[in-house]
Amino acid sequence: MDDHQRSKALSDTQMADKDVLIDIFTRADLIMQSDIKFRKMIGAGQLQIVYYPVRGQEVVSSAMMAAINQEDYLVTIYRGLHDQLAKGIPSKDLWAEFAGKMAGTCKGKGGPMHITHPETGVMVTTGIVGSGIPIANGLGLASQLDKDGKVTVCCFGDGATNIGAFHEGLNMAQVWKLPVIFLCQNNLYSEHTPMAFATSSDTIKQRGEGLGMRSVRVNGNDASEMYAAAKEAVEYARAGNGPTLIEAMTFRFHGHLLGDTGHYIPEAEMEQALKDDPMPILRQQLLDIQVSEADIAAIEAKNKAIIDEAAQFALDAPYPPGDEYRIDVLDVEIAA
Amino acid sequence: MSDAPKEIMFAQACNMAMAKAMADDPKVILMGEDIADEQGGGVFKVTAGLSAQFGTDRVRSTPISEQAIVGAAVGSALVGYKPVAEIMLMNFITVAMDQIVNHAAKLRFMSGGQTSVPLTIRTTTGAGTGLGGQHSDMLEAWLAHVPGLKVVAASNPCDAYGLLYSSIMDPNPVIFIENTPTYFTKGPAPAPDHVVPLGLASVPREGSDISLITYSRGVAACHAVAEKLAGEGISCEVVDLRTIAPFDEETVLKSVAKTKAAVVVHEAVKNFGTGAEISSRIHEELFSELKAPVGRVGSGYAPVPFSPTIEKAWMFSEDDIEREIRKILG
Repeated sequence: MDDHQRSKALSDTQMADKDVLIDIFTRADLIMQSDIKFRKMIGAGQLQIVYYPVRGQEVVSSAMMAAINQEDYLVTIYRGLHDQLAKGIPSKDLWAEFAGKMAGTCKGKGGPMHITHPETGVMVTTGIVGSGIPIANGLGLASQLDKDGKVTVCCFGDGATNIGAFHEGLNMAQVWKLPVIFLCQNNLYSEHTPMAFATSSDTIKQRGEGLGMRSVRVNGNDASEMYAAAKEAVEYARAGNGPTLIEAMTFRFHGHLLGDTGHYIPEAEMEQALKDDPMPILRQQLLDIQVSEADIAAIEAKNKAIIDEAAQFALDAPYPPGDEYRIDVLDVEIAA
Repeated sequence: MSDAPKEIMFAQACNMAMAKAMADDPKVILMGEDIADEQGGGVFKVTAGLSAQFGTDRVRSTPISEQAIVGAAVGSALVGYKPVAEIMLMNFITVAMDQIVNHAAKLRFMSGGQTSVPLTIRTTTGAGTGLGGQHSDMLEAWLAHVPGLKVVAASNPCDAYGLLYSSIMDPNPVIFIENTPTYFTKGPAPAPDHVVPLGLASVPREGSDISLITYSRGVAACHAVAEKLAGEGISCEVVDLRTIAPFDEETVLKSVAKTKAAVVVHEAVKNFGTGAEISSRIHEELFSELKAPVGRVGSGYAPVPFSPTIEKAWMFSEDDIEREIRKILG
């Protein structure tokens, strides 16, 4: 059995778990609607920010975060809205930070690429490709030493596996058997470059195996399959067995950042990806397991209300005073 | 203790500071290449005996992976640990600059103060021993330029003990620069509870004609020159910065306001070195009172050379300091 069949087999038993699928859908829909709203507001000039769209990757992170707890740690990257929302950062706090407001998670000092929210376990969002990996090891090391049972999920893309930090980090995690789950969200493009052009191995999974790490490759866009792989990796880590590399296959429906048309993605590839859009598929799966249309619509309406409120809050909230730049550089305020 | 040694070596002082910090706080952990006893207790034996005393969970030998070492230190620091990462030689810090500059230094700020990174990176360097271009650079200016980092360099065993302890306990990321050629130089031993606060310079020699502002190995060189010139009636004051960034402006300006002349001395390449910043600050505050423009002494604009003749010609020297003083005092 290959990983796909194995996870599929596992997921068949998970498929029955209605509550889990509803949970994943609730998170994923919040992400999808948030992404759409961000793009709309930026397009309309209501927000002037750099934005890295996440449409298409909602299910990967929703299924992953549904398999861990609030106190578990997350390290993610600049394309991180889906991970941050799935992990549970309140929308108002997140939207306000994206807008650079004082009420944001980081008082407007981090912005979309640098979200931190320890209350929900979001410890680092980095704008440097691959750099979160060595830091995730440190969080894992702390959990290992404290024996607190926490796991750390570290998200990155396929492009990050071509930078040295990936290899140094995964090697150390494996040598020390750290409770870290390396979630490679393989959307097949590192910025504008297709994977085959810049990546020597056929899969990312092979790279994990080359480092001696338990590695799996799954359809990240299938909620049940992704959840099963996530759950298995979490249990493996919590039991003290060490890290797992999950290569979760997915796709990015928009360019690298908003404004990039994605002209380098062949039309046929995009057409197929849109046909395989994980969101309508997951919605249909809920209907198939007897979740009513009315219940699904209620989830969607609730998410919409949350987002509308968060977006308005972000627009209305005040910017931080200029003097904030002197605070939080060191533990003491820097003199003016 | 009456049988405690009156003098210890610089390397021993660092070892003792780490032992005290580990005994005082269970959250202090050490990481670095070959640092546990089974791997030799560090290439210069600075961590010798610590894994035997505190266990290999807390004193961890690592792969040769500077990014991973500093990254693991950053991550554990975010959740309550006080990691001390050893980067064997200062040049290897360049491999970990992303973790140091983009993460250790910035996470407190970018998180709006929700997290902090109380880590210490110990590293050693210093020219004059024929290690050539990649094993003996002084790179403190690179690090001092980064907001959010503290940079510390001790000049003697007693200060090394007190400063390293303070660095480990400091809530900010600290780069602690040790000096390889003087690791085995002895100096007065500290009392066990000796602590030197960060950000505070010392004035180990008072004088009235000129201030020699320096740190690390420059302090011994300045003392030697001051001693020689004292015979001619030239009175030099020596200021040991101890913390390079943020530096103790108050002590520096007070000294120069008194002597009205200054030379900044460091082993690092003179061009764009820390001496430029310190000299500028003195000019900004005391320009009209100075007898002459502030002088600077540093090493030449070249990579550290290998052959002893070129290395000696390149490196800052007591002769350079003396020449600069005479030029300023006319």
